[in-house]
Amino acid sequence: MGTQKKNASRGSEDPVELARVPLQAILLADSFTTKFRPITLERPKVLLPLVNVPMINYTLAWLESAGVEEVFVFCCAHSKQVIDYLESSEWFSQPNFTVTTIESHNSVSAGDALRLIYERNVINGDFVLISGDTVSNMSLTQVLQEHKERRKKDSNAVMTVVIKRSKPSQITHQSRLGTDELFVAIDPNTKQLLYYEDKADHAKGSIYLDKLLLADNPSITLHNDKQDCYIDICSPEVLSLFTDNFDYQHLRRHFLKGLLVDDIMGYKIFTHEIHSSYAARIDNFRSYDTISKDIIQRWTYPLVPDVKFFGNSSIKLERQGMYRASEIGQSRSAQIGPFTVIGSGTKIGNTTKISNSVIGEGCSIGSNVSIEGSYIWDNVTIEDGCKLRHAIACDGVIVKSGAVLEPGVVLSFKVVVGQQFIVPSYSKVSLLQQPIKQDSDEELEYADSSGGIAEISSITHTVDKLNGEITNQPFETQCWPTSELGTGGAGYVWSICEGGHDEEWRHSVAPIPADKLSEAIHAADDDLELTQDGRSLPPSGELKPDSNDSEYDDDGESRDDSIYFGKEVEATFLRAVHENITVDHVILEVNSLRLSYNKVAADCAGDLFYSLMKLALETPQDSASELVQATTNVLAKWKKLLKYYLAEIDEEIEVILKLEEICESTKEFAPVFDKILYQLYDLEVIQEEAILRWDDEKKDADESDKVFVKQAEKFIQWLREASEEDEEEDEE
Amino acid sequence: MDFQVVVLAGGTSKNLVPLVSKEVPKALLPVGNRPVISYVLELLELSNLKDLIVVVEGQDAAVRVGSWISGAYVDRLHVEVAAVPEDVGTAGALRAIAHHLTAKDILVVSGDIVSDVPLGAVAAAHRRHDAVVTAMLCSAPVSGPSESGSSVGKDKAKKPGHYNIIGLDPTKQFLVYIATGAELEKDIRIQKSILRAVGQMEIRSDLMDAHLYAFKRSVLHEVLDQKDTFQSLKQDVLPYLVRCQLVSPSSEVLLNGAPQTEENGNEKASSQNNQLMLSQILANSSTPSFHELYALGPNGSTPVRRTHKCCVYIAGKSKYCVRLNSIQAFSDINRDVIGDASHLSGYSFSAQNNIIHPSAELGSKTTVGPHCMLGEGSQMGDKCSVKRSVIGRHCRIGSNVKVVNSVVMNHVTIGDGCSIQNSIICSNVQLQDRVVLKDCQVGAGFVVTAGSECKGEALAKKEK
Repeated sequence: MGTQKKNASRGSEDPVELARVPLQAILLADSFTTKFRPITLERPKVLLPLVNVPMINYTLAWLESAGVEEVFVFCCAHSKQVIDYLESSEWFSQPNFTVTTIESHNSVSAGDALRLIYERNVINGDFVLISGDTVSNMSLTQVLQEHKERRKKDSNAVMTVVIKRSKPSQITHQSRLGTDELFVAIDPNTKQLLYYEDKADHAKGSIYLDKLLLADNPSITLHNDKQDCYIDICSPEVLSLFTDNFDYQHLRRHFLKGLLVDDIMGYKIFTHEIHSSYAARIDNFRSYDTISKDIIQRWTYPLVPDVKFFGNSSIKLERQGMYRASEIGQSRSAQIGPFTVIGSGTKIGNTTKISNSVIGEGCSIGSNVSIEGSYIWDNVTIEDGCKLRHAIACDGVIVKSGAVLEPGVVLSFKVVVGQQFIVPSYSKVSLLQQPIKQDSDEELEYADSSGGIAEISSITHTVDKLNGEITNQPFETQCWPTSELGTGGAGYVWSICEGGHDEEWRHSVAPIPADKLSEAIHAADDDLELTQDGRSLPPSGELKPDSNDSEYDDDGESRDDSIYFGKEVEATFLRAVHENITVDHVILEVNSLRLSYNKVAADCAGDLFYSLMKLALETPQDSASELVQATTNVLAKWKKLLKYYLAEIDEEIEVILKLEEICESTKEFAPVFDKILYQLYDLEVIQEEAILRWDDEKKDADESDKVFVKQAEKFIQWLREASEEDEEEDEE
Repeated sequence: MDFQVVVLAGGTSKNLVPLVSKEVPKALLPVGNRPVISYVLELLELSNLKDLIVVVEGQDAAVRVGSWISGAYVDRLHVEVAAVPEDVGTAGALRAIAHHLTAKDILVVSGDIVSDVPLGAVAAAHRRHDAVVTAMLCSAPVSGPSESGSSVGKDKAKKPGHYNIIGLDPTKQFLVYIATGAELEKDIRIQKSILRAVGQMEIRSDLMDAHLYAFKRSVLHEVLDQKDTFQSLKQDVLPYLVRCQLVSPSSEVLLNGAPQTEENGNEKASSQNNQLMLSQILANSSTPSFHELYALGPNGSTPVRRTHKCCVYIAGKSKYCVRLNSIQAFSDINRDVIGDASHLSGYSFSAQNNIIHPSAELGSKTTVGPHCMLGEGSQMGDKCSVKRSVIGRHCRIGSNVKVVNSVVMNHVTIGDGCSIQNSIICSNVQLQDRVVLKDCQVGAGFVVTAGSECKGEALAKKEK
């Protein structure tokens, strides 16, 4: 590796030498997400057709044209399919372009993939890191040169991220690719990346930049108008960094942010902005839609349908952005609108209207069909009178006559939609049942997909079986619930997982409906008003604005803290009860909790007492007197523990207040307040002084607050008399 | 130009003790042997801004400043001097004189600025954008005081403290974020909403708010009325206006940011607004600013949001702009005015690059180096040496005296064999023989006894 590096550094000075270092690329043929489900249960994302060509071909064709000589394709989910596809394609037989596949079955994230590649020890210089769903036509020359020059000056410049200008919508806060808005801070002079926030927390109205950033740089530009192209130029250290930090999973969320936050190692990330060339990644259905349109409208030239690159057949560009393969059967009365691609062997019936859509190969489309903004893959049958708007229909789908696909529908492979059936918006239909384990939680995405892989492999088996079944048997014999897709329909409508429902419109192929837009506008306005009235507009004073804030925050925090502290104390206590831990040990544990949560003895006493009472309540009892008995038992048993925290009168009062609180909230305790109070006194947990002071404090309280004081009136009266007597005796 | 100018001349600033006193308020401190306020007044005169209100803290100080101004500018400027109570802050001062303000736009200038930035340009930028506020920014001094200053080099080895953190839009015409004072100690917090509106924001720490603002009067009035806790223009009013520029709270600002005259009532038909704005855009024949785009809302046709604009005027790097707000700044400015920024002083320099008043008398073998100034009627004995210093009027300096990097005001008596370095000697001070001062400030009328040696001290008479 040392010699390689030398080569690299010398190489950039000498163009002849430069040629000797083969440029390598790692192509991740797995996005490690589940955004394209249910389709990706049956076929890997990189093989999904994008304007009738599998996505991976766009990526490979670009890498080849950009001068990359060696590509390592990392396959994970459906690795067999990817490898088979590559073997059947011509990619393995290109001159000056080697494609090597690396297969893994247990990687659940990009981090795992890069760690595996590091172990293989195949990368020996700067490399391009890209996923197999990227469409681009940018030239790598400049960015590589910049990267190498930076590396020469500063060996810590390990990565260059390609970005592009793209202003996200102010309303939905997402880019046209359907990805979340991105906030980045960049040093305008060096182009160093200083801050990166995707997955923006919409609830937070502000961005916090470390003030130290400005100490090092006199000026920073903060961008909301950039888009991450997910094309990275990396130095070999990146791989070892992933290996060193075995918890890095996600390229952006963990790796990038990890490097930005961690200033110990001093690794730096830089950006390269492209202006005229195209680069985008298919992240979700919306970007699938957007990028398809970009391809049809030729932004990605030369990667367009009528230019022959790998995997597409000859197709001709006609007026109004229409691409038609040569051998199609089109009725004269059919109207094929602008920006439409029709694959070869497709037949289109009378008076059918198609606009802004992509139709694959070998489809048969009946008469009076209207297709708008949809993506029809290969061998799809659409019978007469159907209406499709902004839908995706995978290979082998059959839409029976008169059926309607509303915007945002995704039909996975070989789904059949029954006659006259209306598939509601945003439905996702598959022959496979929805995996039960559906976790929409971002955090659990990886855990999910790890489960998913095992699932997938089992599912792929069932797919194969299913396929067999389907080909062998007529559909009628399989009993699909007719309610799901109408009579003769086949497929399960996936329920949209909770929480995801709101967001479905964001990532769908369908344009954002007007009502959602207006909703978002309102939300945005409310947001503004909130910031307007609220904390970000402080009344005055230099310190006030933030002191207001911090008070607010502190309140929230301390409240949370108290709750956590209470729970921890309770858990500690219960463990002590069940495991017979001695009182001294419990005290030790509670003390350490007290220190870590920064609490006082009174808090401990209160929470411990609460736990005691809860324990007493849980012991089975029939009557109030038994409850009192149980409480007394518990109190007697744990008296020592409680007493430890009752050094002062204040703490004892705290216990009484807690008792009040408990009695207020639990109806079992409410009637026996006075009895328990007496027991506390009797067991010498609480001194009479505490009770009397509590009574004094309560004198001025509201009537509602005095319920328990009244209940204990007699007892207090007795105490008072007793103490007076004592005093009298003393006097005597 | 329909601009009214308010010069905030301050009073007897505590930062400047012992230089200032009841007799010499801050505005009258000499810079290059003339009061510091004269620099601002002449700068305003250059831009043809002659209708001024000078606001002075404290009645006595106001009288003194007023009498000086009326003496010096009797025919040239129309100056009103207003006294406000002490410690009301800059916003409070404006509040106190609010009823005097009648023009459409108000230019607020701090009386301690020594600058050569054309103020007319600031006013023009304000007018061009029809802004609610325009703030002048200048480059923050990178390495503290003058580049040649040697004695203070050590502190500057550390990172320079920031004066402001300023966020600008990509065209560098609008102010979208500003942090001052205590906020600088915290992490930078930026509202996402404004970032979304501008798309891209440049955050700079090398710029400084020069405390020169143009305000739309109606909005200024409203803010001062409604926010009665606001004390400082710099720390309260400006950040407030910047923060709420996308959701203007001001009823004086029409939906599309166009000014609304008070007579017109509240609402106009939106179509009319629209036309108004279109015509505005056409008139400017430029792309609309992000405020206008934002105000248009998602439909792009009818303005739905109130916005107002906060503009900036960034002074070029070659321009000089420093405020006299510390003792350090006082010596720096005095040095600069006769040195690097000599064009400000308004004097013509001799071939030796110094200014010696014809009536000054020099003894034999006395040298006055370049970047020095010797005032009217001052006398120096034999074998003296003056370097990079300003000496005021009617001073009497004995023999064998060294004055380096210092400011000596008027009527100062310096005995034989004194050595003065990096010090400020106020008026009527008497230094007896062989006094050695280094990094000292000597308050007015103080007597330093013979042979004393002081270093880094502030010497002043006790206040009676």
